[in-house]
Amino acid sequence: MTTSGGPLLVAALLLPLAAMLAAFVLGRAQAPRVVACALPVGLLLALAILADLLCSGEALVYLLGAWQPPLGIALRADGLSAAMLLTTTVVLGVVAWFAWGDFAQPANAPEARQPLMFWVLLPAVWLALNTVFLANDLFTLYVALELLTFAAVPLVCLEGRPETLRAALRYLLFALLGSVLYLLGAVLLYGVYGTLDIAQLSTRVHPGVATWAAAVLMTVGLLAKTALFPLHLWLPPAHAGAPAAASAMLSALVVKGSFFLVIRLWLDVLPGEMMLEAGQWLAGLGAAAILVGNLVALRQRRLKLLIAYSTVAQIGYLFLMFPLAAGLVGMGLSDAPAVTGGLLQAVSHATAKAAMFMAAGLIYSTLGHDRIEDLQGVAQQLPMTVLAFALGGVALVGLPPSGGFMAKWLLLSAALTTGQWWWAAVMVIGGLMTASYVFSVVVRTIVAVDPEKMPKMAVPRYREASVLALAIFSFLLGCVALLPFEVVQVGRLGSVLP
Amino acid sequence: MMAGLVLDGLLALLVLAVAAWTIGVCQTFAATVGFTVYGLLLAVVWMRLAAPDAALTEAAIGALTGVLLLRAAIQLAPSEAGLNRLRPALKLRLLAGTLAFAITATLAAVVFHLPEPAPTLVPQVTAQQASTGLGNAVTAVLLAFRAIDTLLEAVVLIFALVAVWSLAPDAAWGGIPGAQIKGGSGDVRAYLSRLLPPVGIVIAFYIFWVGADFPGGKFQAGTLLAAMGLLATMAGLIQPPPVASRGLRWALVLGTLVFLALGLAGMPLAGAFLAYPEGWAKPLILLIEAASMLSIGVTLGLLVIGYPAGQAEQ
Amino acid sequence: MTSITLFGLCAAVLIGLGVYGLIVNPQPLRKILAFNLIGSGVFLFFGMIARRGAASGLGGDPVPQALVITGIVVAFSATALAVALLLRLDAAGGPSGLDDAVDGES
Repeated sequence: MTTSGGPLLVAALLLPLAAMLAAFVLGRAQAPRVVACALPVGLLLALAILADLLCSGEALVYLLGAWQPPLGIALRADGLSAAMLLTTTVVLGVVAWFAWGDFAQPANAPEARQPLMFWVLLPAVWLALNTVFLANDLFTLYVALELLTFAAVPLVCLEGRPETLRAALRYLLFALLGSVLYLLGAVLLYGVYGTLDIAQLSTRVHPGVATWAAAVLMTVGLLAKTALFPLHLWLPPAHAGAPAAASAMLSALVVKGSFFLVIRLWLDVLPGEMMLEAGQWLAGLGAAAILVGNLVALRQRRLKLLIAYSTVAQIGYLFLMFPLAAGLVGMGLSDAPAVTGGLLQAVSHATAKAAMFMAAGLIYSTLGHDRIEDLQGVAQQLPMTVLAFALGGVALVGLPPSGGFMAKWLLLSAALTTGQWWWAAVMVIGGLMTASYVFSVVVRTIVAVDPEKMPKMAVPRYREASVLALAIFSFLLGCVALLPFEVVQVGRLGSVLP
Repeated sequence: MMAGLVLDGLLALLVLAVAAWTIGVCQTFAATVGFTVYGLLLAVVWMRLAAPDAALTEAAIGALTGVLLLRAAIQLAPSEAGLNRLRPALKLRLLAGTLAFAITATLAAVVFHLPEPAPTLVPQVTAQQASTGLGNAVTAVLLAFRAIDTLLEAVVLIFALVAVWSLAPDAAWGGIPGAQIKGGSGDVRAYLSRLLPPVGIVIAFYIFWVGADFPGGKFQAGTLLAAMGLLATMAGLIQPPPVASRGLRWALVLGTLVFLALGLAGMPLAGAFLAYPEGWAKPLILLIEAASMLSIGVTLGLLVIGYPAGQAEQ
Repeated sequence: MTSITLFGLCAAVLIGLGVYGLIVNPQPLRKILAFNLIGSGVFLFFGMIARRGAASGLGGDPVPQALVITGIVVAFSATALAVALLLRLDAAGGPSGLDDAVDGES
């Protein structure tokens, strides 16, 4: 049944869609204005959805065309969706703020390509992500994944340099293979259970040959798009080569879209006993990603590549939640700590990584390079930017009171409760490795140099302020643990034990 | 019954043989020609699976894909020459072969493990179809029950075209799309000769299908429109408008806008987004299809033509 | 063995062939082609499942049949984007292989 808040979900899809179409058709100087008007409305919408969710204590549902699933398609927002909707709007809002001057149309000249495309692609990414978070049908989610791919790939090669074109092509091939495998799995589930609706599947699915085949195909496909080790090779060149504002969207948000579907699949669609078996594998890959990603990040000489490899590692943390959630449920406990930890890690990484990529972009445009060994004096020139980078780094390492700290704390305690100490060990080692490369970058930047020798490229204050605001948000995110409610548990499908 | 099975078996073998050939053959160009044939064979398979709508889409879109790939193969021939000689290492082939075999074996096992009787939504579709007034069940699914998919699919096409256009060199932005098609008129004639047969088949299918069923088929009709436009463009009879043209952009989004507007009208008039008021479903759906056909046709054609590569018009 | 099962097996082999081609063929255009083979195999799987669901006068379950139509159009858009990227890369003078960049940038 459609709930009273249901129309909000329709609005959350139509707003970015309208913004994207308007930006494309009107073009020129109108495109950024359209986006700038739509984002604050989107923020209010996301907050309204969250408020409705907390007040009613259950998921928002909207039956499109008033058709009941399995024939029709439902939109559904639970706590996980609401948290991701809000994160997406906040990050995109700051990215738009940051990019305002970077992607301005030249005055009194014909429409330029790069600004137009940026301001069309930003609401495109937004629409795709909102569809991923709200659609409750496996095939609609496939279309949403393709929307996300088509919005993300051109961001990689916005500047048109050959190496970015190649990175974009490689990314596209990975992403297409990923979605086709996902689709194959979805077909198998339809062939067995006769529905694509997630809520219906959650009560019908049971282990079997076809279910396992579908689970593996869909998971592998989604992992290729999420860039989990060993399917991560496409990510660093793609994320590091894009313009800073685009890298921020790609690294912070786009990879979370496919990760969100991994959560949906394993927590909602598939039964708990399957996760008990598969969880160790998923977390094993995650642990490998943490170690390999951090190790390679330590060896990088260019700041943007370092940040990109750190994304590879941070994606790994997201996958530790699966065996921990399964372990808690197996002990008759609520899986809330593991799920909240995983989600908080996604939100924390989204905000911190966006801030760090944008900080790196400011450093690049000031110095004209991003060689880590030549970063001396940057802190004199761009104090707010370096502070933002450091705060983002703190969140990645997982120091209090950042969101990263809360996330890792929840995951660590879940690991110890369920006696899976090996995942705790990986988290601690990964944290130390992260600390060492964040520290080495920050230390370089605060070495004082003769101001005469610094380049005189000025960065507008508002751009530095935007990055710092997002970094502070990420730094204080851990405080959400003080709030009296557990958002992610609202409206969860399937068997949530006490 | 037995004869049908033997014929289907031969058809399946033929499909697999052509598919294997497109993977194994040395020359990329030959592989793309093989792929065009493959698309037509698949359309026959769809007929055998009692899915005429899918057959028509496969034939139509397969023809467009063929044009796209053939043109790319011709253009890339010089730079791919080096890669053609490259033989993949035995280790890689063994690895890929093992993986491919594992996937095929698993899927084959699944085919034999599917439940009997098969789950189906036919009863629900036939129960609700009457309220839409549509004769074609597939159209009812596409434009009523799962209308959001169809709406999002039109958006996918717009996204894809934006993505293709975003590849334009900065200097060429605002210009006529598709100036990157190189070669003289001889090449154009060569394209045409390869394009015409599949197009002819599409038209034949289309006429057959319109006679057999009504309404629906905006994708098929849109594809036909796109194919005709492409023929005329490649023969130099018409020129696509420049990407800076506002009129062109409105044409691209028209179908989506009509769909959205009628969907929104459903909120007050029929109680839900994408719902149709009692008795109005069929005319509204026809309206959506007509607008979408235009937008889809233009989008598909421009997707094949590609990004603007020449100098922008002053 | 029925025709439906036969086409299901055909789909399984097509997907395997496509995966093999995607990994083995070094030319990006051939990879795009292989991706299309996988896609068509997946759609054929849909077709088999639709045909299995035939009931009360309909030759197949119209829901998966409708999904196939959407899927084919989406796969075409993906192909068009991939081909455009490849042509742009070629025009920009980059070598058309995909693998050299991995060594160069990591």
